Amino acid sequence: MILPWLVLIPFIGGLLCWLTENMGLKLPRYIALASMALVLVLSLWLWATGDYQLTAVGDSPSWSQEFRIGWIDRFGITIHLALDGLSLVMIMLTGFLGVLAVGCSWSEITKRVGFFHLNLMWIIGAVVGVFLAIDLFLFFFFWEVMLVPMYFLIALWGHSGSKGNSRIRAAIKFFIYTQASGLLMLLSILGVVFAHYYQTGIFTFDYQVLLDTPIGGALGMVLMLGFFIAFAVKLPVVPLHGWLPDAHAQAPTAGSVDLAGILLKTAAYGMLRFAVPLFPEQSAMFAPVAMALGLIGIYYGAVLAFSQTDIKRLVACSSISHMGFVLIAIYSGSALALQGAVVLMVAHAFSAAGLFIISGQLYERLHTRDMREMGGLFGRIGALPGFALVFVMASLGIPGTGNFIGEFLILFGAFESVPWVVVIASGGLVLAAVYSLVLMHRVYYGAPKADTALEGLRVRETLMLGLLLVLLLLTGFFPQLVLDVSAQSMTEVAQWFSVPSSLQ
Amino acid sequence: MNLLFLVTLFPLLGAVLLACFRRMPVNLAAIIGVGSMGLAALTTAWLGLAFFAADQTPYVQHLWNWVAVGDFRLGFDYRLDGLSLTMLGVITGVGFLIHLFASWYMREDLKDQTGYLYTRFFCYMNLFVFSMLVLVLGDNLMLMFLGWEGVGLCSYLLIGYYYRGEANAWAAFKAFIITRVGDVFLAIGMFLIWVQFGTLDIQTILIEAPSVLAEGALLTEVTALMLLGGAVGKSAQLPLQTWLADAMAGPTPVSALIHAATMVTAGVYLIARTHVLFELAPFTLELVGVIGMVTLLVAGFSALAQTDIKRVLAYSTMSQIGYMFLALGVQAYDAAIFHLMIHAFFKALLFLASGSVIIACHHEQNIFKMGGLAKQIPLAYACFLVGGAALAALPIVTAGFYSKDEILWLSFASGHTVLWLGALFGAFMTSVYTFRMIFVVFHGKANLHAHAPQGIAHHLPLVVLMVLSTFVGALITPPLAGVLPELEIDAGHATQIAVEVLAAIVAIVGVGIAAGLFLGRRRLMTSLVESEQGGRVWRFLHSAFGFDTLYDRLFVKPYLLVARLHRVDWIDALINLFPGLAKLANYGLSASQNGQMRGYAATFVLGATIVVAALVLG
Repeated sequence: MILPWLVLIPFIGGLLCWLTENMGLKLPRYIALASMALVLVLSLWLWATGDYQLTAVGDSPSWSQEFRIGWIDRFGITIHLALDGLSLVMIMLTGFLGVLAVGCSWSEITKRVGFFHLNLMWIIGAVVGVFLAIDLFLFFFFWEVMLVPMYFLIALWGHSGSKGNSRIRAAIKFFIYTQASGLLMLLSILGVVFAHYYQTGIFTFDYQVLLDTPIGGALGMVLMLGFFIAFAVKLPVVPLHGWLPDAHAQAPTAGSVDLAGILLKTAAYGMLRFAVPLFPEQSAMFAPVAMALGLIGIYYGAVLAFSQTDIKRLVACSSISHMGFVLIAIYSGSALALQGAVVLMVAHAFSAAGLFIISGQLYERLHTRDMREMGGLFGRIGALPGFALVFVMASLGIPGTGNFIGEFLILFGAFESVPWVVVIASGGLVLAAVYSLVLMHRVYYGAPKADTALEGLRVRETLMLGLLLVLLLLTGFFPQLVLDVSAQSMTEVAQWFSVPSSLQ
Repeated sequence: MNLLFLVTLFPLLGAVLLACFRRMPVNLAAIIGVGSMGLAALTTAWLGLAFFAADQTPYVQHLWNWVAVGDFRLGFDYRLDGLSLTMLGVITGVGFLIHLFASWYMREDLKDQTGYLYTRFFCYMNLFVFSMLVLVLGDNLMLMFLGWEGVGLCSYLLIGYYYRGEANAWAAFKAFIITRVGDVFLAIGMFLIWVQFGTLDIQTILIEAPSVLAEGALLTEVTALMLLGGAVGKSAQLPLQTWLADAMAGPTPVSALIHAATMVTAGVYLIARTHVLFELAPFTLELVGVIGMVTLLVAGFSALAQTDIKRVLAYSTMSQIGYMFLALGVQAYDAAIFHLMIHAFFKALLFLASGSVIIACHHEQNIFKMGGLAKQIPLAYACFLVGGAALAALPIVTAGFYSKDEILWLSFASGHTVLWLGALFGAFMTSVYTFRMIFVVFHGKANLHAHAPQGIAHHLPLVVLMVLSTFVGALITPPLAGVLPELEIDAGHATQIAVEVLAAIVAIVGVGIAAGLFLGRRRLMTSLVESEQGGRVWRFLHSAFGFDTLYDRLFVKPYLLVARLHRVDWIDALINLFPGLAKLANYGLSASQNGQMRGYAATFVLGATIVVAALVLG
């Protein structure tokens, strides 16, 4: 029974935040914090008590928790939630970043606090739903619910940008990109369901049943592409990345943290859970294209990041580059690379969240995000540059951080099947160093623009950054904490890849 | 022996403490920073005793399982054997002395600054030592890579330590990026090894290599070549050498520890550690020697035309590492490691002494603005004489003579005549540029007033390193017998003596030429440099053969151009055409809805005509 509560708590908490909006600024914040903490604690409890390592190996995925009640029986739609290692990792991450998102908007958001937290909570709730739902209709429902509050978050509390990049425009761009691609996914879902209906005469949206429905040929390819494009927009995969830098630059800090930390990961999760297992044959055929797109993403993102002057846009573009590695991992079909992708997703959530929080803190102090107006901040803002250094180093994949483990497991894993892709991707590591160090260089090095000391980090800020830093190092030195949980799920995904080739 | 982890734990704890409590008093920071190194050095001494007591049997300490995914298993394992013990001794021993000296140097250096900078310095230094120790102790390639990148990071931070200077920051940037290029090669090497061996455990790889890799096969060569790429980047050898001279922007103790004694020798360590792979790849092995020779010549020539005291030393470091590579190339591994150790002694001495000179001369680094310092700062003079003599390998009394001449002899005896000749010529140049520096700095007319540094933290490290740079240091024999194979040579004893005497003569002649050119009025040199041809040559050498300009044109400028073209996200702009088109259509259509009767009538008539025409003609 714990699964529906994981989804419901944020939704209920969000409503409570909204209702208490008129009772002071503090109350909604505490309610939001409490509900996020509850989600985190529940997921940690699931982690501590469950066994995700050695569940039975079979054809069908082995869930460690399931919840199912009927919804729209006529079309075989159920509220079917299930948990395995992969979704648990993602939910723990969501809970943690939810707490951080509340924490970093503590002083940033002062207008309509209750409604803000309603949106924030509902994003989290929907994301948890996405990670748990294994009914395709329910999955689509949560997938769409995710973006409405995000739209409001950007449109109402966002930063106004320069050169006509208003927050409204960014929000609309985000909405149209995701909405249009969501439509493609809906069509694909219906396609799969009808294919199943024609084969068996039964309407069902149940993942586990549909897994056993072979859809061959061109139709399968088209349906697979529908899923892929929907996820590719969210990941994002170049050339469908256009919404991301705008959305990030214009979103409030909490929005950026959620976007980079978990919303992008729903896409990777979707590929791992749906796109690949539902269409193993077509995915294997499509793999070279996907990996090429991953490579383009790595390089294009790196070059874009290097040429930005807005600090948040730089971090946003670096996410494009990092997600290129994840895409390569997913389509390499090697369990090692897939495990690396999981670690990279977790670590990237930490490092990107850290960088966005720091950008927010810089903005609060300097009232600019333009790096040309910064410089020489090393000695001026207490411990902030030290934290920034660690997160920047994590983003360029220095060993000792989880990002290194993630990237290198991906490269090691994929090397056996696609050595040249890996060699080219490795070149991206140099470019990652270039744009990361340029960030360091422009913001913290050089002659200070003024000699006055800026306000140092407050306890809340230090606590958040410190926690992120510890977690980054923890995933770097003890990645097994994550790897053990996701091992079973990733082995299964890798098997989906190997099955079609063994059948031939 | 099970105290092995402590040797890395102390510097790590020091770094963590210094990072967490940035506002601690300067004295406490010095005690933590230097004390942690002292404890690490003591642990190393204890480990050394235990190692010899246990008949030099290698010891592996398993700390925890790092990564385990299917067959991909990595432990956080340390391995102590003769090679890592030697490196351990150099890192903690010389490292401790440099830390002690730094506690004095940084206090002088930061006189008008706040204490916070002081803690930051020792935090980075301790973190560096931790990473370096992990590099040499790591029992698998990934763990070694962790240390490998870690030292690069600390090197970056310490080069850019004076963060306000734009040039320092770019020097740090450059160092990181260029070594990162090498690191990517090393990473690809690791991927290749993983695919072929199914393990990253170094010992297993060394044992299985002869059965797994075909000698001289393309794949074998490529694997070794990738490792060499990593080594070349870290050790500042051609073609990835350009960062080292700029790295001198960091505080002088940093140059002593990182850019002379320890980090830059990591490449030598890597090749020695994985020597079996290189022996199976004869072409690459030969290349190692050639790279060493070319680098030592290029660096030697460049050192001749430098005016900054630290840059002279930087190029001499490059050239000495070139000797080590040359030794590796002729399979004289223990000679390479021996020279690594001796070089750490005398180069640390020279750098620390130059730090002492720089402080004494109020941060002047141009040797031609010094002059006549011998009487004013006699201790530094003595250090330079001893260290310089060791660098030039003057016979019998210096440590450098024993280590470098072994390399010269072994390269001759193993039949690599070209390498030997190059090395011999390099030895001649070494003594010329070394004594050029000493004569210019300490002799002649006094140009400025220096104040002699004081304090035990200043004197003690210099004196200890001075002793180690004489033949006393050469008495230390690294216990490499079980780790590295010895080179078999069948040349006679008489030949050996002849070769060594020749090398000694070359070194002494070099000193003589330096004295002739740079003692007294230096008329010949002045007129040479002032002539048109001479000036051109001088500028060419001063810029170290123009590699910087070349790389700037080949890589930096094009990348900047590409980046400038991507200020606008082209793909995004292309997709933005769709909303643009929609908007355009919107304008067009709404313009037609203008409420003017005649427009509507005209459209109506036109439409009707077209329909009728279509009906009639169709």
